[in-house]
Amino acid sequence: MATVTNPSTASTGSLTAKALREATFTAVMTFLMFVLFVGLKTDQNMRNELILVPRWGLLAIFVIIAFVGRFAMVAWLQPWRTARKAAKDAAPAQTTDAGFVKRNFSKLAILALVLYPPIILSLFGAQGSLKYIDNFGIQILIYVMLAWGLNIVVGLAGLLDLGYVAFYAVGAYSYALLSINFGFSFWILLPLAGILSAFWGIILGFPVLRLKGDYLAIVTLAFGEIIRLVLINWQDVTQGTFGISGIPKITLFGIPFDASPHGFAKIFNLPMSSAYYKVFLFYLILLLCLLTAFVTIRLRRLPIGRAWEALREDEIACRSLGINTVTTKLTAFAIGAMFGGFAGSFFAARQGFVSPESFVFLESAVILSIVVLGGMGSLTGIAIAAIAMVGGTELLREMDFLKHIFGPDFTPELYRMLIFGLAMITMMLVRPRGFVGSREPTAFLFERKNVSGSFTKEGHG
Amino acid sequence: MEYFIQQLINGLTLGSIYGLIAIGYTMVYGIIGMINFAHGDIFMLGGFAGLIVYLLIMTVFGGAPIAVALLCMLIVAMAATSLWNWSIERVAYRPLRGSFRLAPLITAIGVSIALSNFIQVTQGPRNKPIPQMVNSVYTIEGISISLKQIVIVIITVALLAAFWYIVEKTPLGRAQRATEQDRKMAALLGIDVDRTISITFVMGAALAAVAGTMFLMYYGVIVFTDGFVPGVKAFTAAVLGGIGSLPGAVIGGLLIGLIESLWSAYFTIAYKDVATFAILAFVLIFKPSGLLGRPEVEKV
Amino acid sequence: MSAMASTMNNDAILKVEHLSMRFGGLMAINDLSFEVRRGEITALIGPNGAGKTTVFNCITGFYKPTMGMISMQQKDGKSFFLERMADFEVTRDAKVARTFQNIRLFSGLTLLENLLVAQHNALMKASGYTVLGLLGFKSYKDASKEATEKARYWLEKASLIDRADDPAGDLPYGAQRRLEIARAMCTGPELLCLDEPAAGLNPRESQELNKLLRSIRADNGTSLLLIEHDMSVVMEISDHVVVLEYGQKISDGDPAHVKNDPRVIAAYLGVDDDEVETVRHEVEEGAN
Ligand SMILES: Nc1ncnc2c1ncn2[C@@H]1O[C@H](COP(=O)(O)OP(=O)(O)OP(=O)(O)O)[C@@H](O)[C@H]1O
Ligand SMILES: [Mg+2]
Repeated sequence: MATVTNPSTASTGSLTAKALREATFTAVMTFLMFVLFVGLKTDQNMRNELILVPRWGLLAIFVIIAFVGRFAMVAWLQPWRTARKAAKDAAPAQTTDAGFVKRNFSKLAILALVLYPPIILSLFGAQGSLKYIDNFGIQILIYVMLAWGLNIVVGLAGLLDLGYVAFYAVGAYSYALLSINFGFSFWILLPLAGILSAFWGIILGFPVLRLKGDYLAIVTLAFGEIIRLVLINWQDVTQGTFGISGIPKITLFGIPFDASPHGFAKIFNLPMSSAYYKVFLFYLILLLCLLTAFVTIRLRRLPIGRAWEALREDEIACRSLGINTVTTKLTAFAIGAMFGGFAGSFFAARQGFVSPESFVFLESAVILSIVVLGGMGSLTGIAIAAIAMVGGTELLREMDFLKHIFGPDFTPELYRMLIFGLAMITMMLVRPRGFVGSREPTAFLFERKNVSGSFTKEGHG
Repeated sequence: MEYFIQQLINGLTLGSIYGLIAIGYTMVYGIIGMINFAHGDIFMLGGFAGLIVYLLIMTVFGGAPIAVALLCMLIVAMAATSLWNWSIERVAYRPLRGSFRLAPLITAIGVSIALSNFIQVTQGPRNKPIPQMVNSVYTIEGISISLKQIVIVIITVALLAAFWYIVEKTPLGRAQRATEQDRKMAALLGIDVDRTISITFVMGAALAAVAGTMFLMYYGVIVFTDGFVPGVKAFTAAVLGGIGSLPGAVIGGLLIGLIESLWSAYFTIAYKDVATFAILAFVLIFKPSGLLGRPEVEKV
Repeated sequence: MSAMASTMNNDAILKVEHLSMRFGGLMAINDLSFEVRRGEITALIGPNGAGKTTVFNCITGFYKPTMGMISMQQKDGKSFFLERMADFEVTRDAKVARTFQNIRLFSGLTLLENLLVAQHNALMKASGYTVLGLLGFKSYKDASKEATEKARYWLEKASLIDRADDPAGDLPYGAQRRLEIARAMCTGPELLCLDEPAAGLNPRESQELNKLLRSIRADNGTSLLLIEHDMSVVMEISDHVVVLEYGQKISDGDPAHVKNDPRVIAAYLGVDDDEVETVRHEVEEGAN
């Protein structure tokens, strides 16, 4: 390691002056930006009229934080970073052999997930583990599945889809309506919901195929909104904003998870607990995720998957090679939508309740950001991003201890989405190419070498 | 017939607001090819700035003539949102310029989420109603036009004229158009590209602030989620008109306003947004680059 | 020209008849007719903006011509009217492949993957339109192996085999040109259209390219139609030259004939005959 030479006193002085200057500028800007929104609060008085409540103290805290933060950044963080970078460049580039963990990452990850419920159960008991299996396990896995599904459209085929949640909704409502009205079981409706979603994927895909880039983005967004608005307004069927409740639970090949004599607990002579159902659901969604991953990995090695990636790189070249880009795009839409539909019907079964609230644009945006943050096309990266984003926000729900610091009025829940948004910005700035920026080739002659992210394109759509 | 003209006037008012927001989308898109998803929330921020200034005038300064109050609201809102958009561009978009195209889109979505929740946290989640600011209504042959509608249309037209002048006739506008065509070449010719882009964000934000203030005045209420729907509608308007085209944005905005009010008047109000989006999809199928957008030639 | 026709067999693989293409007010091609004969290398030359690339775009279905007919006659007798076909069908069914003036590679895919994408249609069939492939049937595995062998053959032929597992975007310019040709050949074409394959190559690379093109014709029986500005390449390898100016044909015949055609010299070369000769010599010396 190269030793970092101490900067001379003269440059330290000028650095401090520079830091002071920039910190002052930032502080002034912060003051001007926040004076209206933080310095003053609109509130209602007894007569329900709006009044202004000043919060100068809070504003002062904001300004001071901005000043100190900026000063620290310019004076200490940036020089440290450049020094570290220089040291890194000076050090000989060493080719580290991929360690055991790295080489077998996916196998280990699957093993860990399979062992997760029993470990949690033994640690926290049946009741205490609910939260961990449901909120952290199932919730994250649903997003992993959705993001992997969208990855086919955005990450592989390079088509920007801002309305993915529509297919999730189609899947959820298909399950909800068909199981309530016709009494079909989950195992019949799961593939059916997938097919219906794929069908809608094609319906949407067909007219928009001619559109390029951002036109495609807005039409997919519009399509997502149309589906949601129809769900809200078509009250005879969907019951509008009230949503549909009492959706039947999933059975384990006919064995229901309830207190009846044929129930799971009775048959296996276990004490009654809702934890079994949750564990069952956990394994089910894990299985669905693995199916998605398996299919995606297989598809990438098939001509259709290669054609998707080629489409992302250069559509015109694709056509010059005799590839029918229309059907290629449609299959991407359809297969991506199908996984959205699977996830949707699982979601409906797990919640027992669906309403249009769950299918707002924000959901599409979150799923898309998981795909991009993970690194387009990379299953591992996307799974990590899903854990970080969804797990992170779930963690924020748990921040009750903050009440002890900020007083009982403090609701951490309120800050959840604010922090979520800020985290999205920060992560993107730190890693614009996502967690896993490189691409794994689908075939090799001599040696499998990952393709650096600087060569891959992101598609025109 | 009277009913129809009445709806036409309502539609034009609404369309003016959409048009003003749409210009911000279209300008930013034209110059850096990015969908600025946070623009709707900038609009909402402008509305809140207007609201706070209004309350300041009414409660702290003991009131003022309506015209003066409105002018103060507009000016402060424009200044505040410009400052915000300038900072946002500096922090969240500029470092990503020239990298991966989807990266700034994602940060923009992040900014959008952060902005609306910032207002929720600092200003509270409830609706913020204000009393009618301007309430005279003129009735001509059975058609009633409220003063606030006239104010909105006049301000929109005045701003558009000023704006058109800036873009077409000033060196700044020339720099913008040059940057739009070829950023590298513009930089080689001595145009400060970063500054030009910053100014574009500032201009877009200022127009959105005007739209936000007028939205507040027109509906008399604002809430932290109000950025989304008008934002999406304005974005739709920009695309409908042909994204990148300034007259297209205005025409798109007016069209969406008209579709919305006429559909609500003659069909069901429930499906008015469905109608808007469906018409957008329909237009794009036949004119893939919008009404006034330059068709993209596929150079082989 | 008439002398030409008698020495060669008359089997035309591609016939362009009365082709016109209008862009708004601009007649990019005006009533153009010419033939490409089977087994030959035909060159299409002309000054910048003459409409050469536009001719290619009409042949390969990227543009729909305003008027005219383009017919393709395959070895087994099947014939196609290319102006009626979609771009991807021209390659898939009529077996006409092309390269682009501005290289269009899949830069994020490896060389091998580029060549596998080019065999899309064959592999698609072998994978049972994805279904059988997804289920892991053996037929796809075999076809996949075969496709890899074909790719290896073309990588070797284009002297790119060492870089088979690198991303295409990482190749130097000359190698990218060769890869694009190899990729087009992987579609199994009967006619290969090359848009300025020698542009930007140094004399050595240019010689290598000539060798590659000749062997494509000799070993694979593919006919070639190429647009070229580099006179040394045109004179050296082509059997037949068509000259275009302002969208119209001004000369058509063997290289010697065209080279001495005063209209061509006046319109296109703009230089004396012997100057062309010296240029050619220089290039050849550079190569040796
Ligand atoms: N899609 C298009 N739209 C409008 N004009 C076009 C289009 N494609 C080509 N042109 C015009 O047609 C004319 C012929 O262009 P073309 O590219 O075919 O020339 P070229 O002979 O290939 O020239 P070069 O040697 O420079 O490649 C040019 O004037 C060009 O501007
Ligand atoms: Mg050309």
